[in-house]
Amino acid sequence: MGAEEGDRLVLAQGFNLHTFADAFRFLWHEHSLLTTKGLEQIELSAIAIGIAALIALPLGVWLGHLHRGSFFAINVSNLGRALPSLAVISVGLPVFGIGHTVVILALVVLAAPLMLTNSYVAVDGIDADVVEAARGMGLAPWQVLVGVEVPLALPLIFAGIRTAAVYVVATATLAGVVGGGSLGDIIFNQPTYFLSGVVGAAILVSLLAFAADFTFAGLQRLLTPRGLRYVESADKPEEEPPSVLEAAAA
Amino acid sequence: MIAATPPVIPNYGTAHGCIANDNALFCTTWIRQHWHDTLAPAIVQHLWLTAIAVGIGFAIAFLAALVAHRYGFLAAPFGVFSAFLYTIPSIALFQLLVPVTGITVTTIEIGLVGYTLLILFRNTLAGLRSAPPEVLEAARGMGLTRMQILRRVELPLALPAISAGIRIAVVTTISLATVAAYITPYGLGKPIFDGLQINYRTEYVVAGLLAISLALLADAVLVVAQRRLTPWARRRATG
Repeated sequence: MGAEEGDRLVLAQGFNLHTFADAFRFLWHEHSLLTTKGLEQIELSAIAIGIAALIALPLGVWLGHLHRGSFFAINVSNLGRALPSLAVISVGLPVFGIGHTVVILALVVLAAPLMLTNSYVAVDGIDADVVEAARGMGLAPWQVLVGVEVPLALPLIFAGIRTAAVYVVATATLAGVVGGGSLGDIIFNQPTYFLSGVVGAAILVSLLAFAADFTFAGLQRLLTPRGLRYVESADKPEEEPPSVLEAAAA
Repeated sequence: MIAATPPVIPNYGTAHGCIANDNALFCTTWIRQHWHDTLAPAIVQHLWLTAIAVGIGFAIAFLAALVAHRYGFLAAPFGVFSAFLYTIPSIALFQLLVPVTGITVTTIEIGLVGYTLLILFRNTLAGLRSAPPEVLEAARGMGLTRMQILRRVELPLALPAISAGIRIAVVTTISLATVAAYITPYGLGKPIFDGLQINYRTEYVVAGLLAISLALLADAVLVVAQRRLTPWARRRATG
C-alpha cells in the first residue's frame, strides 16, 4: 500500500489491488503535475482539431455541395484510419524535428480524413427535394449551402468531429515518445511514476476524451437550429452518433 | 590512431560513414545489411501479431454477436464491456498486463484482441440485425428453421458489415501493434522505438514507412477481398 513519506508519495510496485487505489492517490497527490500535462494534452489536441477542421470541413462540405469527388472523399477516411500515428510521427520526425509540430502533424493526419468524409457524406446525402425547393424559392447557391445544406448536415458533420476529437485526445499521448509534453510523459515513463501513476494518467486521458466528446456534443446543440433539434430527435431516435466508444486510444 | 577497419557497434554492425557521422535519412548500406536480421523479421512478426489478434478477436466477437443476436438483452452488457476496453489508452493497458503476463507477445495479443472486440462485435451484430423484416418473414413462411434462417439468410446479409468490420479491425491493429512494441519489443514498432531511442534516423524512418505501407497494403487487399466476397453490396459496404 502506498504511504506518504514526507512530501513524496510512495506507490505500490507491481500489480495488485492497491494499484488502482494508488492510481487515485496519484491523481490527488500529483494534481499540479497532472494539470500541467493535461493542459498540454488539451492544447496539442485543440490545435490539431482546429487545423484539421479548417482543412477538412470546408473541403468536405464543398465537395458534397457539388456532389463531386465521392471516391476521394470516402476513401480518404480509410486512408487516415490506416496510417499508424507512431509511424507517421517517426517518418515526420527528420523533417520537423523533436517537438510538438510532428505530433500535431500526426494528429491532423488522423483527424482530417474522418471530418472530410463525414462532412462530404452529410451534405451529399441531403434530400434532393429540399435543395430543389430552396432553389425554387429563389435562393442563391451560397444561400442554399449556408441556409439549408449546412444546417441539415450538422449532426453528421459533428459526428465526424466528435469521433476525430476522441481519437486525437487519446493519441496525443504519443507526444510522450517524441519530445514530451502531454500525459504521455507519465504514461510512457513507468520507471519514474510506477504502474499506479501510469494508470492514474490513463484514467485522466480517458476522462479528457469523454470531455472532448461532450464539449463538441454541446457545441452541436448550440449550433443546431431549434426546429431541427426536434426533427432530429423525432425522426431517427435509433441513430446515435458515433461517440467516445468508437475511438481507439493511442 | 583510428583503426583501418570501421568499428563495430553492437546491433548496428560496422559503423559505415553514414551511420557514424551523417545520421542520414536513408542509409542504404544499413538497410541492406539489416534487412534480413531486423526489418524482414519485423514485418513478418507484425503480420502475425495482426492476424492472430484479429483471428481470436473475430472468433470471440462473432460468438458473442450470435448470442447477443439470439438473446437481445445480452447485447447491451457485451457492448458496454467491449466499449469499456476500448476507452483505456492502449499503452496503459499493455503496462497493466505486464505484471500478469510478463514482457511477452501474449501481453500484446491480449491487448490487441481487446481492441478488436468492440469493432468486430458491433459490426457483426449490426450486420445480423440488418436483415429486413420482410425477408425474415418470407424465410419463416417458407418453413425455414431458426438455424437455417441464420445460416442462409442472416449471415449472408451480414457479410458486408462483417467484412467492413474486419477491415477496420486489421488496420487499427496494425497501428496499435506499433505502439505495443514499447512494452514487448516485437514487430515493426521495435525498430521504430530502437531508432528513436538512439536517434538513428534511417532505422525509425524506414520502419515507419514500412508500417505505413503495410497498413495501406492490408487495407487495399481487404477492400478487394471484400468486393469479391460481396459483389452485390458494393454500395452498402463503405463503412
